[in-house]
Amino acid sequence: MTTHDWSQDVFDAMGARGIATVATVPDGGLTGLLTLCEADPDTRIVTLTTEEEGIGVTTGLWLGGQRGMIAIQSSGVGNCINALGYPTTLRAPCLLLVTMRGQWGEFNPWQVPMGQAVQPVLEAMAVKCFPVDQAEKVGETFAAAADLAFFGNFSAAVLVSPRVIGVKGFGK
Amino acid sequence: MTSANYLRRRELVSALLARREGALVVPGLGSPTWDCFAAGDQPEYLYSWGAMGLCVPTALGVALAQPGRRVLALTGDGEMMMGLGSLAVVGAQAPENLGILVLDNESFGETGRQPGLTGIRADLCAMARGAGIAHTLAVTSMDQLDALAELMFHHPGPTFATAKIALTDEPWALPEKDGAAIARRFRGAVGAAE
Repeated sequence: MTTHDWSQDVFDAMGARGIATVATVPDGGLTGLLTLCEADPDTRIVTLTTEEEGIGVTTGLWLGGQRGMIAIQSSGVGNCINALGYPTTLRAPCLLLVTMRGQWGEFNPWQVPMGQAVQPVLEAMAVKCFPVDQAEKVGETFAAAADLAFFGNFSAAVLVSPRVIGVKGFGK
Repeated sequence: MTSANYLRRRELVSALLARREGALVVPGLGSPTWDCFAAGDQPEYLYSWGAMGLCVPTALGVALAQPGRRVLALTGDGEMMMGLGSLAVVGAQAPENLGILVLDNESFGETGRQPGLTGIRADLCAMARGAGIAHTLAVTSMDQLDALAELMFHHPGPTFATAKIALTDEPWALPEKDGAAIARRFRGAVGAAE
């Protein structure tokens, strides 16, 4: 694990692109980014009860002329499957930042089935996936995914590896 | 009140939309979309043929992006029950320009009229209040139309109402189903198009 501040890079890339709303069910790996968003009066956090609501909220923002994104843990991708057809059908952009569990060095078996299925499930729903496993590359990867989403009206997901976030272990 | 006295959905929606005064309308999938189209096609209506559960989240996004426009989420009891959590999201964001109306026929009307949950003990207005939406109204008579229009289009939001409606056979009224065309037209009406 490196100490490079990828959360700051993502936050800067959001600001450069006018992405002013983050719809989220939080994850430990998102703490840095969400803290930056909370401290910024120009960034709105929409806390969700389930991740699929974020697809509706960010699609609605785009319909109203604003840009938003969804920041969630990998387990929440499964909650979004049917909803992911919505922006595709509307030809609306959809941008997800997903912090991954259930992959590299996962200690909790309950995270593994969904974590392993995230990319195939997203690709089955026509979401372009951008996996990244180096902290220095998260910012540029996020920027590339955001531009693909908002310029081309596609769905794109940045999948941030536990190698970037740090492997969770509860001291085990 | 017995179900024989429940309101006629097309009559209610038509009368309500006649009083919308430029409000944007996000109807849920199926019958609420058909009802809006039957009341007279408008570019400010974001018709839906799917994505069950996302009516209120979508309307919330539109309301947050367009604070100067009133927004009405118009859905059915089945979709509202599927997306109950979104009421807490609305309660937290507290958009002053959002009203939510649930057309409650206590049934899954599109799929064969199987009984839903709101005809047993679930109380949607109580759930909305519990989610932080203070201003609610349970409509059981067309005599409440003025109060409903006031709550949906003028009272500081977020506001929430239910209307008990009858299970009726209405003439088919099917709008555009190409989502890209619906979204493009809606964004044009909002002034959000690139």
